[in-house]
Amino acid sequence: MATTVHEPPKIDAGRDSTRLPGNGNSRNLVPADGKLPAVRDYSPPPASTGIWVVLASIGMSFLAFTSALVVRKAALDWQHLTLPPILYLNTLVLIASSFALEVARRRIGAFMRRRESQVASPTRWLYMALFLGLLFVAGQYGAWLQLRSQGLYLSTNPNSSFFYVLTAIHALHVLGGLTGLARVVYRLNKSILRKSTLDATAYYWHFMDGLWLYLLVLLWMKL
Amino acid sequence: MHDASAHNQVAHHAPPTSFIRKHVFSLDHKVIGKQYYGLALVAVLVGMALSWLMRIHLGWTNFAIPGLHLLSKNGAPGNVMTPEFYLQLMTMHATIMVFFVLTTAPFAAFGNYFLPIQVGAEDMPFPHFNMMSFWVTFVAFLVLVSSFFVGQGPTLGGWTQYAPLSALGEVTGPGQGSGVVLWAISIAMFCVGQLLGSLNFITTTLDMRTRGMSLWRLPLSSWSWFITSCMGLTAFAVLMPACILLILDHVAGTSFFAPGGSVINDQVQPHSGGSTLLWQHLFWFFGHPEVYIAIVPGMGIVSHVLVTNMRKPMLSHRVLVYSFGALAVLSYMVYGHHMFVSGMNPVSSLAFSFPTLIITIPSTVIVLIWLGSLYGAKLRINAASLFSLGFISMFIAGGVSGFFLAQPSTDIMLHATYFVVGHFHMVMGVAAMFGIFAGTYFWFPKMFGRMMNETLGRIHFWFSFVGAYAIFMPFHYLGMAGNVRRYQAFTPDYMQPLVPLHQFITIAALVTGVAQLVFLYNLFHSRFWGKPASDNPWQATSLEWSTPTTPPPHNNFGDKLPEVYHDPYQYGVESSLGDYVMQASPEQVKTVHDEA
Repeated sequence: MATTVHEPPKIDAGRDSTRLPGNGNSRNLVPADGKLPAVRDYSPPPASTGIWVVLASIGMSFLAFTSALVVRKAALDWQHLTLPPILYLNTLVLIASSFALEVARRRIGAFMRRRESQVASPTRWLYMALFLGLLFVAGQYGAWLQLRSQGLYLSTNPNSSFFYVLTAIHALHVLGGLTGLARVVYRLNKSILRKSTLDATAYYWHFMDGLWLYLLVLLWMKL
Repeated sequence: MHDASAHNQVAHHAPPTSFIRKHVFSLDHKVIGKQYYGLALVAVLVGMALSWLMRIHLGWTNFAIPGLHLLSKNGAPGNVMTPEFYLQLMTMHATIMVFFVLTTAPFAAFGNYFLPIQVGAEDMPFPHFNMMSFWVTFVAFLVLVSSFFVGQGPTLGGWTQYAPLSALGEVTGPGQGSGVVLWAISIAMFCVGQLLGSLNFITTTLDMRTRGMSLWRLPLSSWSWFITSCMGLTAFAVLMPACILLILDHVAGTSFFAPGGSVINDQVQPHSGGSTLLWQHLFWFFGHPEVYIAIVPGMGIVSHVLVTNMRKPMLSHRVLVYSFGALAVLSYMVYGHHMFVSGMNPVSSLAFSFPTLIITIPSTVIVLIWLGSLYGAKLRINAASLFSLGFISMFIAGGVSGFFLAQPSTDIMLHATYFVVGHFHMVMGVAAMFGIFAGTYFWFPKMFGRMMNETLGRIHFWFSFVGAYAIFMPFHYLGMAGNVRRYQAFTPDYMQPLVPLHQFITIAALVTGVAQLVFLYNLFHSRFWGKPASDNPWQATSLEWSTPTTPPPHNNFGDKLPEVYHDPYQYGVESSLGDYVMQASPEQVKTVHDEA
């Protein structure tokens, strides 16, 4: 369902950037008869910095899981596990979801910069990203069902333990991202979306994408 | 360039009106800071009470402590502590102190309250996350304490929860089933709380600084909170996965840490191949930075307090900051020194020993800058500055024993003895506590608008200072005499001659603990009936003393955010105010040297 939006959304409503504190500026203010030296007041909105902080933390957690896997692999009870084939399909779905979100982001970006006065609503791309994200999680559930049908449960052997733990925790993070995407859609429809919120959500979503590719390679190589 | 006058208009967010929003689920960083402080206060009283019970038992093993059975069904028959119950108390004492006191008070409590004000912001950028951070931590504390009343009581595995003891369940001892699970859930929740806090601290420091507040103009306390939050971000992100895997070993039958083929009480355990060393690696990768998460905020607070009372800047502001940063970076490279006796390759031990010795360099630089700055300063003696001096004293005295423990050859002899207990209690426990006390006496007037009683503060200091040495210095001697740690009694063996010393330590601990009631009385009495405080009672320079009211208004600075014109510590100068120029004052700095 394509809709047409005629007015740009009210970006950063309630956050007039000229009224926000800056980032201290790289140059110092000096007392000089009331004349202030030129200072660059712009500071990135906290969401732009915050998202990198969040991603660093998530990345660190998965590094911890990785090192646990590498250490645990040294034990004698490590058995080879063939990955459920549906994972490769899920990977394509997640990449497509990222692609849809990126298209939406660019369109909204153009919209906000008012380069285009009338563009097709980017919400349908956002809905597509949401739908594909949900499909990915459902696909991961399908992968667990495939493993179950082979008699491989969480506690069957260390390989299956790591498979379930890593995929489940990644899926939880993806669900968190889906909540973020839903919030973006809501705020866009209300015309109160901030560019920084959209960008942060997109970075998170793409990171989930990259993280999944990393996990897939890790699981494929190590399990 | 923006119009300068327009810049600092504050984007208002209205103060809350409902009781719940104002005092319970508050979004205001100042209220959240006070909530963290309150939580730490409750936690420290619980932790201290547990240590008293342990100390009484160590001094007089068969002494019946009235009412002890209320804490444990089976752990205190006839109110006399069983060995298992002693270990349960020890575990809970350490966990509560390390996580809910030493991490929450100097970092989360003071950092929440003062970081946004010191950088000149009206709040943290993500207030909802900030609120969540406190409440998750609060529930984590309840979950931990609840383990006293569930199943066989709390875990007895020590705050380090080494596998396989922690991973095999109730068969290894009381509390090793539900107690460990509750412990791991609590700590995982605590990690979430601190990660949310770190997110706010980092973004506040990087993005919320007011006009003119360059990074080098941040006070040392703000620097320490920022550096600590960077450590917290990476350290807690590793502990949380470890806790998740430990929980799964208990509730889902996995074998991440539970080794195969274990036979306990004639029962073969249903696990295979788990790595016990893996837990140690994951735990200590968090655990050593945690030591610095506890102490670096104290260093920042003490520096901030001292510089105000010395009335002159530190010898080098920048070198202090670089040293804090060096501690943070090196703290990740040294964690293996906790594992010298784990049976790891001696080459690995050497590799961890080297950076452990290197980390003494920034520590020494920090101490030398403090001492060098104090030299010749006309230090104002008050409770805050006394506790700061006490911090330095404890940090040096406790740190020196670290040189011995940093080397595998001596550590192997001392590792399982009271020497280590003495070392970390002084360098991290008591020192960090003194940092908390220094911060409390210094910032109380700003937080509550009233002064604390100075005489009671000094009495509190001298009892605490002498008491702490009386308790923890003999630990080193006990360790060198071969007194093994974690034992609940020493009567039947070669350690018997050391029991009188344990009795002395117990008496010292009880007296020192009672002296803390002076602090509690001072805290609560001053809160309501203390002398009203002026906006800047210490003639200090940083932005928390520039707020239009005391305590600060909801948005910290009223209608306009301050502009910053100076480095944080312009003391020993001539100005219209006296010997200092505030950061937010556009007044030119006239140094005494220029005048001459």
